[in-house]
Amino acid sequence: MRQESILRAIYDQASRANPYPLFAELRRTPVCWQEDGPDEGGTWVVSTYREIVSLLHDPRLSSDLRHCTQPGVDARALEPMPFIRLDPPEHDRLRALTMRHFGPPERPAFIEQLRPQIESITTSIVDGLVGERVFDVVTRVAYALPVRVICAILGVPLEDHPRFRVWVDALIQAFSKLTPEARAQRDQAGHALRDYLADLVRHHREQPGDDLLSRMATDTGPGAPMDDPQLASTAMLLLIAGHETTVNLIANGVLTLVRHPQWLERLRREPQLVVGTVEELLRYEPPVQLIPSRTALEDIAVAGATIPRGALVSLALAAGSRDPARFEDPDRFDPERSNNAHLGFGSGIHYCFGAPLARVEAQIALGQLARGLDRPRVVTDPPPYRPSPVLRGPRELIVEVDGVRPRDRLQS
Amino acid sequence: MTVVGDEPYLPYDRPPLSKTVLAGRVPVDHTPLPRFRTLESVEWVLGVAAAELELARNQVVLADGRAIAFDRLLIATGTRARPWHDAEQARLDGVFTLRGRDDAEKLRRSLEARPRRVLVIGAGFTGSEVASVCRELGLPVTVVERSAAPLVGALGRTIAGRAAELQREHGVDLRCEVQVEALEGDAQGRLRRARLSDGSTVEAEVAVVALGAIRNIEWLGDSCLAVGPFGVACDAGCRAIDVNFVVTDDLFVAGDIARFPHPLYRQQFLSLEHWGNAVEQGAIAAHNMVCPPTRRRPHLAVPEFWSSQFGVNIKSVGVPSAADEVMIVQGSLEEGRFVAAYGRDGRIVAAVSFDRGRWIEFYARLIEQGAEFPLEMATGEGRPLGPAVPAGFPDAAVVREHATAILTGHDPDTRRVKLVPRRPRESPCAKRAS
Repeated sequence: MRQESILRAIYDQASRANPYPLFAELRRTPVCWQEDGPDEGGTWVVSTYREIVSLLHDPRLSSDLRHCTQPGVDARALEPMPFIRLDPPEHDRLRALTMRHFGPPERPAFIEQLRPQIESITTSIVDGLVGERVFDVVTRVAYALPVRVICAILGVPLEDHPRFRVWVDALIQAFSKLTPEARAQRDQAGHALRDYLADLVRHHREQPGDDLLSRMATDTGPGAPMDDPQLASTAMLLLIAGHETTVNLIANGVLTLVRHPQWLERLRREPQLVVGTVEELLRYEPPVQLIPSRTALEDIAVAGATIPRGALVSLALAAGSRDPARFEDPDRFDPERSNNAHLGFGSGIHYCFGAPLARVEAQIALGQLARGLDRPRVVTDPPPYRPSPVLRGPRELIVEVDGVRPRDRLQS
Repeated sequence: MTVVGDEPYLPYDRPPLSKTVLAGRVPVDHTPLPRFRTLESVEWVLGVAAAELELARNQVVLADGRAIAFDRLLIATGTRARPWHDAEQARLDGVFTLRGRDDAEKLRRSLEARPRRVLVIGAGFTGSEVASVCRELGLPVTVVERSAAPLVGALGRTIAGRAAELQREHGVDLRCEVQVEALEGDAQGRLRRARLSDGSTVEAEVAVVALGAIRNIEWLGDSCLAVGPFGVACDAGCRAIDVNFVVTDDLFVAGDIARFPHPLYRQQFLSLEHWGNAVEQGAIAAHNMVCPPTRRRPHLAVPEFWSSQFGVNIKSVGVPSAADEVMIVQGSLEEGRFVAAYGRDGRIVAAVSFDRGRWIEFYARLIEQGAEFPLEMATGEGRPLGPAVPAGFPDAAVVREHATAILTGHDPDTRRVKLVPRRPRESPCAKRAS
């Protein structure tokens, strides 16, 4: 019988609570072929910090799976593809057309200006917990906050959430090994979500608001607007990436802080510590563990191995961020770590588009929870995890508290 | 530790001075560098220049006559802006140079008064960034550059051609291969116009003299170190080299004033005026000043710099001017977004990006590894790499040394180098270069 590969073990649900020993095992061979990867064809896995950074900046590595010639790889995707799955120059064009409404240089203050709104959404969420002794942090906070924020930013009606949640859940499964039925289900969900967003874009064009989809649909700047199918595809990317990652950052954050009560206590007393706490979480428990689908456009020699042209490449960000060659005592959670250039948001041209938003959301959520929750305990540790090994985080995180302090009393 | 500086300010960040500060988007007093607790016991002697290095007594004499003794000394006096050659014209109201925060603040105020036209003399990085800010503020600006395009010295003529287009696309009145001959004022001593070498005149109320930098070496005149217009020579460990080209033990050099050998560039001595080099070399010098001699580290960073102008982010790694050929490897000159790789003798020596900065790290690694040039690789862009073409760097400038090295003495005990000041007669070489 063929021995199961390390990557297969990482993809196995049983490893979800603590995949880090397996990532350490991967690092022993910085660049290695894993027979039994996310798809039947296997994949090259890169797991050390330096090699990951170097490949994230290597123009010979493509984000466009259509270049992959490896047998067994499912390169089919809903077209047109969003910029996360494209290479320059198309990637750069679409990302710039989107960034124009989200950040610098054109809208440098946008995320900072959202801070009061995110604070008040968070306050209403935490205040909603007052009086309860046992609740699920994932549903009530970690998921609720980013969904409400991304809906507000994009101009997606919050009341549509039950509809799009079903589709998004099916799509997220796509990161795990899939049966043909699951794959068909995923494709169906993709079409449904895209059609829904295309309708929404048309609606926003007719009655524009100040939201991002309205701005993109009515943009008259150079090269704008994107055509409608591409806009719907971009909207889908922003909607999914805008909450399915942050939910894990916040949930992993609460879990990690409860496991390290001395840091939770310090965070309660020293609010400014939240910045380093979120950075360390991005290193220590990254919400995106792997970049699973890059393709070598030619033979690439790296760390003594040669990744052949056309092969599938996975970059194990979670392994790189715990590489002892880069981070001292990497398995220690230390919010005061200096020089913490983690891979939590990736690097290079695909560096997380929403990073500044994720940071602000996690800082506000963890800051308010640290001050609002009285003696939080995790009821089941480890908690049950969501199925995806890529977007990794608890499915639910039941926390027991002595009480929840409402925000207005905190400020007095 | 004692830190001596001729400016009255604690250390601050210079790059914003020609960008966000000048544009009025960041107040000049927001530029100080963060200070860490470990710096609390440092004595800062600010607003006083170092006037002389007395090696025989291991002390630095300050402009106010004070003497500060040392066990170890770091020479980091950097550069100053090259002033307009005619002192009387330079004194006209409206004529500026840009180096320190006071300069930036004065120039910013004069731009705020909305002059009818700004003249920028010299289209290096400082001049180009000033012109960019002027356009951002909606001010008419004329840039006069004596070479064929802006940034030619840094990027070579081929890539600098794109910098020229960029200026013109943004409404700059760019005049290349022309020099400003004289600045003229009115009866009140206010700048009115400039006379150019092509016989034309430019009416302007503000002129920014951006003709490069001069290294602050005068105070080292009698120190017996290997000092020249390109700075103070040192080894890769930042130890100063004396006039006999013997390495010293307790004197270190870092930043704009350092002239250091780099093994990637045929062991030639480089003088770099980049923020990144000052940071990296400063760290190496600090380490080597306090570590045991066997633990000294070499300064081997691949040089890097960046600029932002006319909405474009320009990044460079390596030493472009060491190249004779250049090729476009990503993007295209036509789109204005690209990466250019520079090579010489079959090796890549530098890369420059326009709005493609996130790739530059890859090329830094290629330079470190001495990768072959022209590059051959497949990218996702679906087009072949551009051909290698002449990079178009001007011939190395013949800089007139202020002194001539001569040998004295006859036996090993007395054999020494002596620097003798140059006689005022101009050599034919120097004339051609000027």
